[in-house]
Amino acid sequence: MDFEPNEEQQMLIDQVRRFVREEIIPLEAGLDPDASELDPADHARLVEKTKAMGLFGIDIPKEYGGPDIDIVTRVLLAIEMAQHRAGLYVPCYGTFGGAGLAQIFEANEDQKERYLYPTLRGEKKAFFGLTEPSGGSDPARAIQTKAERKDNGWVLNGAKIFISNADRAQYGIVFARTDASKGRAGITCFLIDSDTPGFHVRRVVHTLRSSHYATELEFKDCWVSDHQVLGEVNKGFAVANDRLTRQRIPYAAGCIGVAIAAHEMAIEWAKMRSTFGEKLANRQAVQWMLVDNEIDIRTARHFTLEAAEKARRGLPFKIEASIAKLTASEGGGRVVDRSMQIHGGMGMTKDLPLERWYREMRIRRVGEGPSEVQRMVIAREILGSNLR
Amino acid sequence: MSIRLRLDKPWRPLTGEEIARLPGQLGVYQVGDGAGAVLFIGQAGARAPFGLRSELQSELAQRGAGHQFRVEVNMQYRTRWFELLMVYRADHGELPPDNAKNPPPLGRLSPS
Repeated sequence: MDFEPNEEQQMLIDQVRRFVREEIIPLEAGLDPDASELDPADHARLVEKTKAMGLFGIDIPKEYGGPDIDIVTRVLLAIEMAQHRAGLYVPCYGTFGGAGLAQIFEANEDQKERYLYPTLRGEKKAFFGLTEPSGGSDPARAIQTKAERKDNGWVLNGAKIFISNADRAQYGIVFARTDASKGRAGITCFLIDSDTPGFHVRRVVHTLRSSHYATELEFKDCWVSDHQVLGEVNKGFAVANDRLTRQRIPYAAGCIGVAIAAHEMAIEWAKMRSTFGEKLANRQAVQWMLVDNEIDIRTARHFTLEAAEKARRGLPFKIEASIAKLTASEGGGRVVDRSMQIHGGMGMTKDLPLERWYREMRIRRVGEGPSEVQRMVIAREILGSNLR
Repeated sequence: MSIRLRLDKPWRPLTGEEIARLPGQLGVYQVGDGAGAVLFIGQAGARAPFGLRSELQSELAQRGAGHQFRVEVNMQYRTRWFELLMVYRADHGELPPDNAKNPPPLGRLSPS
């Protein structure tokens, strides 16, 4: 497979790269190093620019008004969008818009009217409620939140943890166990409005990602009608699993973008900084660190584009998505770490973005399925589904 | 062990001498009136030259005598700041008066 960008892709890459360097990075210089939001006026101004570029809502499918850009090109652009301080988790501060949660495109027409279209218009925000205090890596078994039949609807009781944006969202996609005897075939997906009685955002969960918090949720006799079931009863796990696989590709792209930015900083610093009468760039120890950075980045880029290409062709891409996520999150972490080492003391300061990338990149080895789960997925594919 | 949800350390007088004892670290703080009512919840981020000390010096310069303060050194100053604001609003139904003048985007929290 040839992953060199074609002429059209290169033009889009150059456009986004200029946007990041000329619009985002200068604004970022005036923000707190841990900021995740632009001033609203700046955000609105930049949204108009991305609309003029024809790239707003880049992840929205064409039939819903998106710009019809294939997944390979979106990966190439996601790599560019991540190349600034906040870029790993808030690429370009959301000025390219979002598609909302992928599962909502599977909703019925009534649900699309109530949730999907308002989300695409920017009127509603959503959260994704999967992980529970009992675990997140094995949702089929870990989900203990129960939904029981009552009064032509369902009553939810339980807790969720590490849920982003639940305190600001208007609704969420929540997974609950509707049949305790059936494992993964006993999970149902619900649409929960944030003002539903019995739905509580109980606390902030502080993590390494100090720019943005997660939350812990409680469902206490939270009743919802049958109209809030997304998809079919007891078939919610497939909805969750599909999302988790697809999400691994853009997740990897963000890691690669930050790794490239850190690597470029390290190269520039190594060429400029002298110690004991010699440029760092002339020292073999530093050269080898830069070489290892280059290899990690190229490896992750290759596997991520391979996964995207298979997804674009409609081929199975589960194993490729896991390899992409694994190589990009682990390799990206190593690249940022080496780049900090090359920068010495300056690399540890909040004056440079490296320390934020270091903290946030560490989360990437756990988020969206930890490295060990990715290896398990790959092993199952290699060895067969009977492997325990 | 988790950090305490509310910042309930003893108040200290907002004076130059007290502020000079503060560390130059990142964190969050509250400024109160003489009776201990919270007027403002602030954060000392990485742009403040001497962290909490710089921010409280600015508070003293703006507010003058007769106020109190309390601080919490916290590297997660941003998320902790949002948390304190949301908890305060959940407890009192509104933000502290000086935060309400220019409120940041906040979510809903209902601590149990």
